[in-house]
Amino acid sequence: MNPAMLSLELAVIGLALAVLLIDLWTLHEFKHRLGYLAAAGLLVILVASLCCASTGEPPATGFSGMFVQDGLALFFKRIFLAAGVLVVLMGVEFRDRIPMGLGEFFTIILMELAGMMFAASANDFVMVYVAMEMMSVSFYILISFQRSRSYSLEAGVKYLILSALSAGLLVFGIALIFGTSGRTNFAVVAAEGTRLAQNKLFCLGALLVLLGLAFKISAVPMQMWAPDVYQGAPTPVTAFLAIGSKAAGFVLVLRVLFVAAPALALHWGKLFTWAAALTILYGNLCAIPQRSLKRLLGYSSIANAGYILLGVAALNPPGSVAVLYYLAGYAFTLAVIFIVLCLVARDSDDIAVLAGLNRRSPLLALALTLGMISLAGIPPLAGFFGKLLLFKAVLEQAAVHRSYLWLALVAIAGVVISYYYYFGVIRAVYWSEEGPEMTPIAVSAPLKVSMGVCIAAMFYLGLCPDAVLSAAAKAVQALRF
Amino acid sequence: MSPLTIIFLLPLLTALVLALIPRNFRFSIRGLALLAGLVSMLIAVHAFCKFDGQASPSGFRFEERHAWAPGAGISYHVGADGLNLGLILMGAVVLFAALCVSWRIHTREKEYYILLLLMGGGILGAFASLDLFFFYILHELALVPAFILIGVWGVGKDKNYAAYQITLYLSLGALLVLAGLLAVYLQMPGASRTFDIVELTRYFSAHPMQSGAEHWIFPLLLIGFGILVSLYPFHTWAPLGYGTAPTGAAMIHAGVLKKFGLYGLLRIALPLMPDEAQRWALIIAALGLGNVVLCGAVAMRQRELNMLLGNSSVAHVGFAFLGIASMSLIGFTGAVVVMVAHGFLAALNYALSGYLREELKTLDMDQMGGLLSRLPFIGTVMIMAMMAACGLPGFAGFFGETLVFFGSWHRSEVVTVLAIWGALIVAGVYMLRAIRSIWHGDKQWPGLSDVTNPWRRLPYGLLLAALLVFGCFPRLLTDNIKASVTPVARLMGEEIAGGGSVLKVYGLNSFSPRHPVEDNASGAAVPGGPHR
Repeated sequence: MNPAMLSLELAVIGLALAVLLIDLWTLHEFKHRLGYLAAAGLLVILVASLCCASTGEPPATGFSGMFVQDGLALFFKRIFLAAGVLVVLMGVEFRDRIPMGLGEFFTIILMELAGMMFAASANDFVMVYVAMEMMSVSFYILISFQRSRSYSLEAGVKYLILSALSAGLLVFGIALIFGTSGRTNFAVVAAEGTRLAQNKLFCLGALLVLLGLAFKISAVPMQMWAPDVYQGAPTPVTAFLAIGSKAAGFVLVLRVLFVAAPALALHWGKLFTWAAALTILYGNLCAIPQRSLKRLLGYSSIANAGYILLGVAALNPPGSVAVLYYLAGYAFTLAVIFIVLCLVARDSDDIAVLAGLNRRSPLLALALTLGMISLAGIPPLAGFFGKLLLFKAVLEQAAVHRSYLWLALVAIAGVVISYYYYFGVIRAVYWSEEGPEMTPIAVSAPLKVSMGVCIAAMFYLGLCPDAVLSAAAKAVQALRF
Repeated sequence: MSPLTIIFLLPLLTALVLALIPRNFRFSIRGLALLAGLVSMLIAVHAFCKFDGQASPSGFRFEERHAWAPGAGISYHVGADGLNLGLILMGAVVLFAALCVSWRIHTREKEYYILLLLMGGGILGAFASLDLFFFYILHELALVPAFILIGVWGVGKDKNYAAYQITLYLSLGALLVLAGLLAVYLQMPGASRTFDIVELTRYFSAHPMQSGAEHWIFPLLLIGFGILVSLYPFHTWAPLGYGTAPTGAAMIHAGVLKKFGLYGLLRIALPLMPDEAQRWALIIAALGLGNVVLCGAVAMRQRELNMLLGNSSVAHVGFAFLGIASMSLIGFTGAVVVMVAHGFLAALNYALSGYLREELKTLDMDQMGGLLSRLPFIGTVMIMAMMAACGLPGFAGFFGETLVFFGSWHRSEVVTVLAIWGALIVAGVYMLRAIRSIWHGDKQWPGLSDVTNPWRRLPYGLLLAALLVFGCFPRLLTDNIKASVTPVARLMGEEIAGGGSVLKVYGLNSFSPRHPVEDNASGAAVPGGPHR
């Protein structure tokens, strides 16, 4: 047992407690500075994780094998920390729409972040559950933080009920796994994998665990909540749900499948193929008629979960590399989009608020356009290279199983459908009927810098993939196929 | 630094610089864009004049190569041979002309020039690139600009529909191409995977693709590239999209971007999968015939000038497909000449119709007539362009189409006869009728003004001059093209010996009377390889 392994998590929790304490002595009009404090603290932790923290080589486990610090965990923790910085900065911008408890808002975001980081390191089914609950409970509060808005409360209740259902499935699955194998540790379960894969109850347990995780990544059949909750939640929280919660869900899926049950994963290619295809089609088809931008992003997030599932369904190392790469690009892409929404969609998030944005603020118009282009997967941005890797992984598998060719064609159909609504946003920015509100939009310096960083990151990931690609390739060495 | 890098990077970098200039500096914005287009065009002309195909062992000149992302098998690699040199020259000239004719744009000029430069620079880079990654992403750079250009500056009530249609159609084509290219890439063994076209070609000529994979990869590429070039029956996006686009965008899209698909087929699909290509040859020929005859027939019914030009442009693509389907040296050479010639021609036609649209506020041919007396310059140029479109000798298109027919005769006589019929009769009918109803007649048009300023005449003159130069001296193009497509034709089983012009290889000496017919026997292959 080595507490130093937990240094990143402890630092985040310490920061959360510090913010909570300092909040007590901060006057109301200065509360937003807590956000800057939190962002600066997270930035320091992020830089520390990039420079000083152990590289995850060789992987270290601790706490009776429940917690593992390897390349995969670190890769995701860096994504979470970067997302955390951006979300906290969005929260500062959002402060006028949060009636009270701004200090707690930042604290809970940090707690949420700690939960995600624990999820990235989970090496035991109990740890999976604890991390999931840590995330869910924080989100219950965050989603309904705008107490005076009925939409926000509705979204909170919806998330509470469906999340509780999925947690129930997860626990039931874990109980079945524990009942059949007698253990909850991934490594121990994997060691008996071939024998357990014959056991129907074990398979059911693994399936239920995956269903519980499908809720987090908003994949079919657990996708219903996403549009409602995305629409109702405060915009920074929506961003965190879309970036962090989804990435945490995917790291758990990868760990459960390729660390705990690699023997089982081999037989479940078809299951994931179907899940990916249905998720892609559901998300993209339902997004077409949406007028509310956050709802649109909710459906787009379902579709993206489908694309990322392509990488899981490929059941090969390139597929998992693609998942990691895609999530890294997805984080920056969504961050830039949600920053623009924080600034533009103040009273309503109908697509009409974008009218004339090109005149009101060319910078925001450009940022939103680039975000949509990257989300649509058009070169030369991050989303394109991520999709390229996903397609590559699927086509590589198509050489063995011809059915993957159909999966690739479904994905292509989904991408073409998605162009329709992503380009609808671009159209609204550049040539829709101009609305009554035509005042220029002021953008604070920290948000300008964050948008610049996100755009630079999107171009970097789209054009110069080598560094992140090799990091992702190292990270997936923790997985077995 | 290779001149090719400058040719495509200059417009792209200028677009970035323009983004930093405040929007009310209109003169500087337009001046800078024009300067970039002019320099890029001059370098392209210089490179074209300096080109000699024999200089390098790989067959490429002006090569430049840097490691880019070795982990993913991506390198920055540009180079020119006969296949893309003419296209690069054509693209650079069309880009400059498109920037020139945009002087009437007065709303949001800054964005307009940025988007036009992105589109033009991107496609020039795609032609120059010898790495599949850059080949693909530089072409895709045009997707969003085309959408915004049609949406914001487009004309007509259908512009939103047209913007979506062209974007969705082209993105579908591009994604199919992407899947096909990735599948080709994955056919190489794990360690040596690369996106480099030269190395891919070398590898697959030594290790032909294992049967099975190519059965689905070739159709993917054919359909994908086919959608991008408006191959029948995937052509419906083209006429409406071009008809509603602003003049500059229509010129670049119809003239340059559309050639990307044909270029991709010739550069990638045929050399890498020659056997599969042979199997698909008749189908390609039939679809190309569909372009020529059916779209020609559709063009006959159009009463709107831009729709007529759009359908005529789709019909012309059919000739290039027929040339490719012939799977012979002469057909390939003809196809490339058609591509270059049609690029100049389509750009010229859209530039002229754009001028008419601005002056008359309509393109309905029933309302026109008698315009020649008021617009002598535009009228003369347009009549020449329309005659060039129905294949009048002296313009570059004629020579390309002739070569294509020589080539495709051996593939299928019926197809060739029908295509010639489509080219001569159908095109003649709609073009001559259009000339009659637009330019002749006794309608009076007070208040119309012709282009009198020599600077404003420059873009039209440039494009027309290019058509005439390559029409009178086609060997400027064909000698280089022949050298570059010879290996492809050899892969198709054709035996090719000897140098000289492409016609001489086939013993057709009509253009060089000094060689009597018996020259034939001296080793030149008789048309028709073993497959015929």
